[in-house]
Amino acid sequence: METKKLNVPVMADLHARNEKPEYLFWVGCAGAFDDRYKKVVQAFAKVLSYLNVNYAVLGKEESCTGDPARRAGNEMLYQMQALQNIEVFTMYEVKKIITICPHCYNIFKNEYPDLGGNYEVISYVEFLDNLIKDGTLKIDISKFADAKITFHDPCYFGRANNIYEEPRNILKSLTASVIEMERNRSSALCCGAGGGQMFKEAEEGDKEVFIERTEEALNTDAGIIATSCPFCMTMMTDGLKYKNKEEEIKNYDIAELVALSLGL
Amino acid sequence: MDQIIFAITLLITLVVFGFTASRYVRLFMLTKPAFPVRDIGKRIILVIEVAIAQSKMFRKPFTGILHAFVFWGFIVMLFGSIEMVIDGLIGAERSLHIFGGLYDFLIAAGDLFALIITVAIIVFLCRRLFLHIKRFEGIEMKKVSHIDAKIALTIILLLMITLLGLNSSYVAYQNNIGGEIFGVYPVSIYLAGIYTNMPVDTIHVHHEVHWWAHILLIFLFANILPYSKHFHVFMSVPNVFLSRLEPLGKLPNMENITREVKLMMNPDTAFAEAPDDAPVERFGVLDAEDVSWKNYLDSLSCTECGRCTSVCPANITGKKLSPRKIMMDLRSRMKDKSKGLIKKGKDYSDDKSLIRNYISEEELWACTTCNACAQECPINIDHPKLIVDMRRYLVMEEGSAPGGIKTVFNNIENNGAPWQYSAEDRMIWSDNLELKK
Repeated sequence: METKKLNVPVMADLHARNEKPEYLFWVGCAGAFDDRYKKVVQAFAKVLSYLNVNYAVLGKEESCTGDPARRAGNEMLYQMQALQNIEVFTMYEVKKIITICPHCYNIFKNEYPDLGGNYEVISYVEFLDNLIKDGTLKIDISKFADAKITFHDPCYFGRANNIYEEPRNILKSLTASVIEMERNRSSALCCGAGGGQMFKEAEEGDKEVFIERTEEALNTDAGIIATSCPFCMTMMTDGLKYKNKEEEIKNYDIAELVALSLGL
Repeated sequence: MDQIIFAITLLITLVVFGFTASRYVRLFMLTKPAFPVRDIGKRIILVIEVAIAQSKMFRKPFTGILHAFVFWGFIVMLFGSIEMVIDGLIGAERSLHIFGGLYDFLIAAGDLFALIITVAIIVFLCRRLFLHIKRFEGIEMKKVSHIDAKIALTIILLLMITLLGLNSSYVAYQNNIGGEIFGVYPVSIYLAGIYTNMPVDTIHVHHEVHWWAHILLIFLFANILPYSKHFHVFMSVPNVFLSRLEPLGKLPNMENITREVKLMMNPDTAFAEAPDDAPVERFGVLDAEDVSWKNYLDSLSCTECGRCTSVCPANITGKKLSPRKIMMDLRSRMKDKSKGLIKKGKDYSDDKSLIRNYISEEELWACTTCNACAQECPINIDHPKLIVDMRRYLVMEEGSAPGGIKTVFNNIENNGAPWQYSAEDRMIWSDNLELKK
C-alpha cells in the first residue's frame, strides 16, 4: 500500500499564511505526552486528514485546560490556565473545537463560558457518529465483524454530558456484537481516575476501582474493551495487565477502532 | 368542647412548627448564594418528572413503586387531612362532601391508598428489621439513624391504621343509624364488617378514638419531621424544584477568584471591575456557614436511602468516602452549631469545623467526581459540588493536598501539563505519521 507523509497542520503556521481552519483539534496533555494515548491522537488525526477535514492543532501553544487542578480544588490555577487558553483561542479566532478527551470537552463546553470563552465544542464521538450517519465516513465492516466489543462509559461524556449513544452507534457500525457491562450508561462505574485520582495514590480500601471495573468488563466475554478517555484507557489497560489478560483482551480507543477499520 | 380542644392542639402544633421553621429560615439566611432561580417552566417539568412521577426512584423498580405509592397516597390523603382540620374547627363531619364527585374520588383513592401504604410500610419495616440490606449500613448509619427510620415508618403505619379505622367505623356507624354515607370507601366498606355485632355507641367511640388518634398523629408527625431525616417529606419536592439545571459535569465558577486572577494577568482592567467594598471571603467550604443554600437544602432533604453511596466507586471499593455521610454530616454540623449561629451570627465559633471534626480529608480526597451519586439521587442532591468546595478550602486556604496532587499543580503551573514534560515536546506524536494514499 502506498503511503504519504502526514503533516499535521499547526495553527501558528496557518495563521502565518493567513489561513483559518474550520476546527481546532484539541490534542490534550495525555495525547501529547502519554505514550499509549499518543496512538489514539495519531489515529484520530489520520481519520481527520483522511476525511479532508479542515483542522489544525495548537502544538506547542497548547496548555492544560486546568481540569485536574479545578477538580482537585485549585480554582486559582484552573482560572489562570483557562484565561490564558481563552487568550490563545481569541488570537486565532477559534470558533469550533473538537476534543477527544472527555474532561477537556466538559471544561470547554460547560466551564469556559463562565470566563468568557464561548465555542462550539464537539466531542470526537459526536463528530464521528455524525459523519457515519451522513455517509461521509464509510466503515469497512469486515475488519471487526467477528469482534465482541464492550464499551466503558467515561463519566465526563456520560453522566456529565449525557453522551451515551454516540459511542455505541460508532461501535455498532463496526460489529454486531456490542456487549454491555452490567453497569452501563448513567449507571456506569467510574474507572477510578477522575477528579485528580489519576495523579495520586488511592485512599485505603479493599480494592482498586479500576480492578473492580476491569472485572466487570471481563465478565462480558468481550475481546475488546473500547474506551473514549485517556484516563479510562490507562486504568483499563492497567486492569488487563493486573489480571494477566493483556494478551487475549485488547483495550482500544474508539478513534483507533475507526482508524483500523478504515485501514489507516 | 371538642372544638376548643381541637383548636388549642392545632394552635400548639402551628406555634411549635412556626418556631422550628423560623430557626431554619435564620440558618438559611446565613448560607451563601448558589444560583439565581430562573427557568420556572423547566423547573415545573422537573418536578412533574422527578417528584410527581418519581422517575429516578424507578432505577430500583421494586422499592421504587412502593415508595411511589406512599408518595402519591400522601398527596391524595392531604385532602382528607385538610377536611379533618376544618371538621375539627367547625364541629362538623365530612364537611367537604360538597365537592360531590371529586370528593368521592379523592376519598375513595385515599381509602385505597391507606391499604396499599400499609402493605408498603410493612415491607419497608421488614426490610429494615429482618433483611440485612447493605445500602442501609455504613459508618454514618449509627443506631440513632436506624431508630429514626423505624420511628417514622411506625408513625406512618399508625396513620394508615387509624385512617382505615376511622373510615370503617364511619361506614359502620352510618349504616347502623341509617344515615347518609359521604364519600366512597372501596376498602373500608369491607372492614366495616368488623363492627357488625357492636352496639352503636361503641362504634361511635371507636370512630372518635380513630379520628383523634389520626389527627393528633398528623400534628405530632409534622413536628417530629423537621428534627428527623424524614424532613425529606417536606423538603424533597422543593429540593427537586430548586435543582441545578446545568449539566452534572459543570462546576460553579468562583467569581472572587476570577477577580484575583484577572488582577494578576492585567492589573489595570481588573481594578476597574472590582467592587471597592468586596468583603474578604473564605475560599471554599470549611464549615457549615460556608455552604450555599442549595447545599444546606440538599442536606435537609436527604432521607438517608443510601442510593448515592451504593454507586460510589470509592465506597464500593472500601474507601471511607460515602456521599450520604457528606450530606448527613453537613446537616448535623449545622444543627450542632445552630444555637450559636442563630445567637451570634456568622462569627460564632465552637472551635470545631465541618472538615476534620465531621468529614475527614481522607474522605474528601477519595472522590473521583464521577457524579454517580448525584445521578442516582432520587431528589437531585448534588454531593460532588460540596466535596469540591471543601477541596477548594483545603487547597486554597491551607495549601493542603495529597503529594501527587501538589506535584500536578506544580507541573501545570510550570509546564502547562499535569506531567513534567516540556511544551516543546507537544508535537512529538505527529512525527513520522503516514497516511495511505
